Amino acid sequence: MQQDSVDAIKAQPQYQKLVRSRRRFAWTLTALILIIYFGFILTIAFVPTVLGTPVAPGAVTTIGIPIGVLIIVSAFVLTGVFVFRANGRFDALTRAIQEDLE
Amino acid sequence: MIRLSRLGILLALLTPVALLAGPAVSGAVDRQAINWPAVYMFLVFVLATLSITYWAARRTYSAKDFYTAGGGITGFQNGLAISGDFMSAASFLGITGLIFASGYDGLIYSIGFLVGWPVIMFLIAEQIRNLGKFTFADVSCYRFSQTQIRTMAAVSSLVVVAFYLIAQMVGAGKLIQLLFGLEYWMAVVTVGLLMMIYVIFGGMTATTWVQITKAVLLLSGASFMAYAALSAFDFSPEAMFRQAVEIHPEGLAIMAPGSLVTDPINAISLGLALMFGTAGLPHILMRFFTVPDAKEARKSVFYATGFIGYFYILMFIIGFAAIVLLAQHPEFFRPEALAADGAVLKDQLIKGLNGGTNMVAIRLAEAVGGDLFLGFISAVAFATILAVVAGLTLAGASAISHDLYANVIARGRSNEGTEIRISKIATFCLGLLAIALGISFESQNVAFMVGLAFAVAASANFTVLVTSIFWRKMTTRGALAGGVVGLISAVVLTVLSKAVWGDVLGHTAMVGGNEVSVGLIGLNNPAIIAMPLSFFFIWIVSLLDNSPRAQQERLAFEAQHVRCETGIGAEGAASH
Repeated sequence: MQQDSVDAIKAQPQYQKLVRSRRRFAWTLTALILIIYFGFILTIAFVPTVLGTPVAPGAVTTIGIPIGVLIIVSAFVLTGVFVFRANGRFDALTRAIQEDLE
Repeated sequence: MIRLSRLGILLALLTPVALLAGPAVSGAVDRQAINWPAVYMFLVFVLATLSITYWAARRTYSAKDFYTAGGGITGFQNGLAISGDFMSAASFLGITGLIFASGYDGLIYSIGFLVGWPVIMFLIAEQIRNLGKFTFADVSCYRFSQTQIRTMAAVSSLVVVAFYLIAQMVGAGKLIQLLFGLEYWMAVVTVGLLMMIYVIFGGMTATTWVQITKAVLLLSGASFMAYAALSAFDFSPEAMFRQAVEIHPEGLAIMAPGSLVTDPINAISLGLALMFGTAGLPHILMRFFTVPDAKEARKSVFYATGFIGYFYILMFIIGFAAIVLLAQHPEFFRPEALAADGAVLKDQLIKGLNGGTNMVAIRLAEAVGGDLFLGFISAVAFATILAVVAGLTLAGASAISHDLYANVIARGRSNEGTEIRISKIATFCLGLLAIALGISFESQNVAFMVGLAFAVAASANFTVLVTSIFWRKMTTRGALAGGVVGLISAVVLTVLSKAVWGDVLGHTAMVGGNEVSVGLIGLNNPAIIAMPLSFFFIWIVSLLDNSPRAQQERLAFEAQHVRCETGIGAEGAASH
């Protein structure tokens, strides 16, 4: 890419908006999955009995099982949320930047 | 004893793609009688994959075809292929075995493998698609010295691939001995030769479609198994758990975290390696270049996360159901595991299973689907190994031909024909090497190798990659220092850990009257030290670097950043 087109793109308000909002969004979601996962790991390391609590009195199923399944589902949902936002708002901004350049 | 063998499983499971460890596969394996239905079904799979390779070979001309399947794979197809790389024989047989033996602990592992994917999605998937061409080293050295950073990235790729490949080949040989009754060396040679054929003739196109075929077969087979198993409990998980707790020697303990994750430092270190190691595996990262643009790269991670998550939930059901259902089949157990009335003794449920806990999924297939389904699942397990090994070899060959040859030795002046020829020769040599090492490591303890591959991927590949994408002030010297420090510290700390120092080099100590193998350090996985060290050296050396080249590299970040964010100028992109 030529330096002048780099400068042209950088000067566009849409570009700055894209970079800012995508960065904030991506790092927020990253922080979220890190908190979910390391929260789980640290719970196991420090208070493993919590996850061994039955879901209801007399039940064999422990809350660790729905929690584990929820973490798996949350990983899928978070990637889905990212794709949805990226395919919509971020791609629209990217297209606008490309069109502006022409 | 049980605890030690679990540790073996744990180490082997450090990789999703690695083959099994555990008592059955890490030690000597009793050869079984030849399993004919499995052999026939495997032959059908081989014929199908060879036709795919023939078809792929006729559309593989350019370097782009060879490395990236021409860039024409859709997000959905790539998602399947990626999940295929992940849904390995280790996940399938190892995790079901782990759940069978210790219950909830198996779920902890599955989760560790899965949560790396969102990170890949948010931080590197579309970025590397926009910046790279054929390998992740294209991205690592985008604005840095081609010679130094590319060489370093290629070397650490090859280290990851080599350790992975050895573990795969050894696991393949032992597993196939168990499943098919073939001799160890025959199994290793078969895997090596078939993998060479796929990659040399069909390149990434064949490798991808073989992986997709296998992923579909494995997902269908596992879905059927989980469905059939759950139907035995009228689809009530509570009923399944209740009966499992009654039968299992550890009782209610299988419903909660057990002995696998105990001290916080090792737990976090393992978590880091699992999460960020995935984001540094060369054969996985290479798949992002097979899709046409960033949008498809994104979609492929979404589909892959869905398939992998679904698969791990199936594994959880299969492992728990097996506790109840296998106990109803005394013929799966060794004679000494049975009581006088022919029932399975409670304390022999885990230890007495013929072939070890790695055979849990296979035995359950037999229990719910008979001989034919057993043959199908065994053939799928073999196919899984083949597909994964092919992907690894292609990644290794690309590091040699695209990174080391075309960009370092020939300094970008090679022609495409030569580059493809080199990559085919590299594949051939890697294949021969994999066969030779697979045979010579037969009786070695290889459980540490996959852990090491993941640790190097997290501490050398991922750290340099992610910093080069996001940090303006990084320089060649910083990248080189961080990458080398990450690579060396991961290797050294692994050598000093129990898995190598104790289990391989034979250092032992007396603990509570028993002689147990020990490490020089208590850390089982180096990531918690090696990753921060690598980041620290990237940071400090880059900041201290005031060479004229460093100034230029910082200026070059702007152009890299614009391309990374917008995809303008990306390889094969539709932008103009």
